[in-house]
Amino acid sequence: MDIPSLTIDGVRAGLLARRFSAVELTAEALRFAEAENPRTNAYLHFSTERALAQARRVDQQVARGEDPGPLAAVPVAVKDVIVTQGVRTTCGSKLLAHYVPPYDATAVARLERAGGVMLGKTNCDEFAMGSSNENSAFGPVRNPVALDRVPGGSSGGSAAAVAQGTAVVALGSDTGGSIRQPASFCGVVGVTPTYGRVSRYGLTAFASSLDHIGPFARTVKDAATLLGVIAGRDVRDSTSAAAPVPDYTALLDGNVKGLKLGLPREYLRELTKETGEPILRGVERLRKLGCEVREISLPATDYAIACYYIIATAEASSNLARYDGVRYTTRSGHGETLSDMYRNTRGEGFGAECKRRIMLGTYVLSAGYYDAYYLKAQKVRALIARDFANALQEVDAIVAPVSPFPAFKLGEKIDDPVAMYLSDIYTITGSLAGIPCMSVPCGETAEGLPVGMQILTRHFDEATMFRLADALEKTMGVGNARTQQRG
Amino acid sequence: MKITAEEVRYVADLANLRLSDGEVARLRADLDGILEHMDKLNEADTGGVEPMAQVLFAAGETATLRADIPVAPLGNEAALAHAPQRGAGYFKVPKVIER
Repeated sequence: MDIPSLTIDGVRAGLLARRFSAVELTAEALRFAEAENPRTNAYLHFSTERALAQARRVDQQVARGEDPGPLAAVPVAVKDVIVTQGVRTTCGSKLLAHYVPPYDATAVARLERAGGVMLGKTNCDEFAMGSSNENSAFGPVRNPVALDRVPGGSSGGSAAAVAQGTAVVALGSDTGGSIRQPASFCGVVGVTPTYGRVSRYGLTAFASSLDHIGPFARTVKDAATLLGVIAGRDVRDSTSAAAPVPDYTALLDGNVKGLKLGLPREYLRELTKETGEPILRGVERLRKLGCEVREISLPATDYAIACYYIIATAEASSNLARYDGVRYTTRSGHGETLSDMYRNTRGEGFGAECKRRIMLGTYVLSAGYYDAYYLKAQKVRALIARDFANALQEVDAIVAPVSPFPAFKLGEKIDDPVAMYLSDIYTITGSLAGIPCMSVPCGETAEGLPVGMQILTRHFDEATMFRLADALEKTMGVGNARTQQRG
Repeated sequence: MKITAEEVRYVADLANLRLSDGEVARLRADLDGILEHMDKLNEADTGGVEPMAQVLFAAGETATLRADIPVAPLGNEAALAHAPQRGAGYFKVPKVIER
């Protein structure tokens, strides 16, 4: 069995033709993942027992002649900020190093109901805060395409596992680019659905007005299938939307003729040649397929980084208050009083980036600064959302880069937080507006590093986004002929 | 300079974070650089713009309410399973008030 080349359709065909059982596939996938994992540190821990129990259920369904579901026997990796009953969930933090949640996130419950087999939990920046996966308390992840480089963040482990072939698909979370940027760095497909499309019940909160759960896959079709499984209203998340979920895969026929695409002027201005050229060649391919391409303007883009890092850190400073050493956080052994215990637990437990963001968020919300920073940022957020609403009246989709540069070297940016934050410029705008956006492989740099094209569409119109990504994939080759095989 | 070491200590106090002197110095420099970038926002004309707290969709006011059906709670044992210190069905913490 060639685990790294599996697709959802391939697994299903093999299972139903009885070429392998779900238990055989799961055992082999676990063996392969455990053997390969030390190269990248993509998985933090494996959920072997739960995976094999789920595989046995799938085999029983097949034996009884029942439909085992759209993800039957498919090996899935889950980012470790998404809670899993009975399976340790650390959020990449020392504070939760031993935490075993008493319930499942809705997205995990849904993918298992569809037959998916969770192999384990993937590494990430602590509490999903970072753009390089270097902020994990359990060591960085290496990019399987080039082991001296970062996989991107914060969902670096999920992106690396899919690129490396140790999972067929994965769940990640995205607050300002944490799915799309690692997908682009690792040469896989990563999707941030519309805000509210996927229930966040069981997603550890970072910035609640911006947090999303979304899929990683090697093919657009697999990403579309996984989103179809996890999307839709959930009574346990009052922010999940009731909008009907279409069959995303039914529309992937390669026909994108007549679709109007916008290329934002502001995104091209500072783009480096190494990532800019592959993107423009990809846009040219879409034009040749019959898309109409025009330049558009998103004038508030210049304010996006400041706006995002005020809103996201303000919300984070509040959400991370719960890690106090009382209920489930590892408690500091120092401190005579309750107040000392809080301070020591948090001071000893949080890593440098979490502290920086808690401090920034607390500062912008503190007396005297609220109006100048937080309220101003919320108004600028409205301007950014309005830019997209206006542009998406003129065009059906926006095509753009994901990141100003390809995967950088481990350690290269870790000491310069402003430079690290600036690298999120092209992804945070879509997050602030809450529109669906994804990264799809679109060629590589001269050095052979993957480049992702970002596609953004109207609220709840993931279908058009998938159609465009699929058409690009059909003309360029899946994963652009697997850059990652050289890794 | 946008922020002083004193302000960093004050904010750390609000956030319940114990910081070492080295961390205070480092955070002061980091926050200074970040806040300098934040000044960019002052260039944006937001006259007459309503603040956006949430991605709002055209949905009825009750669209996100669920039916009021009782469900079993998590349960005392599961809730206390990871308590660093517990007793008599409660979470225990160091003393709050001096007697």
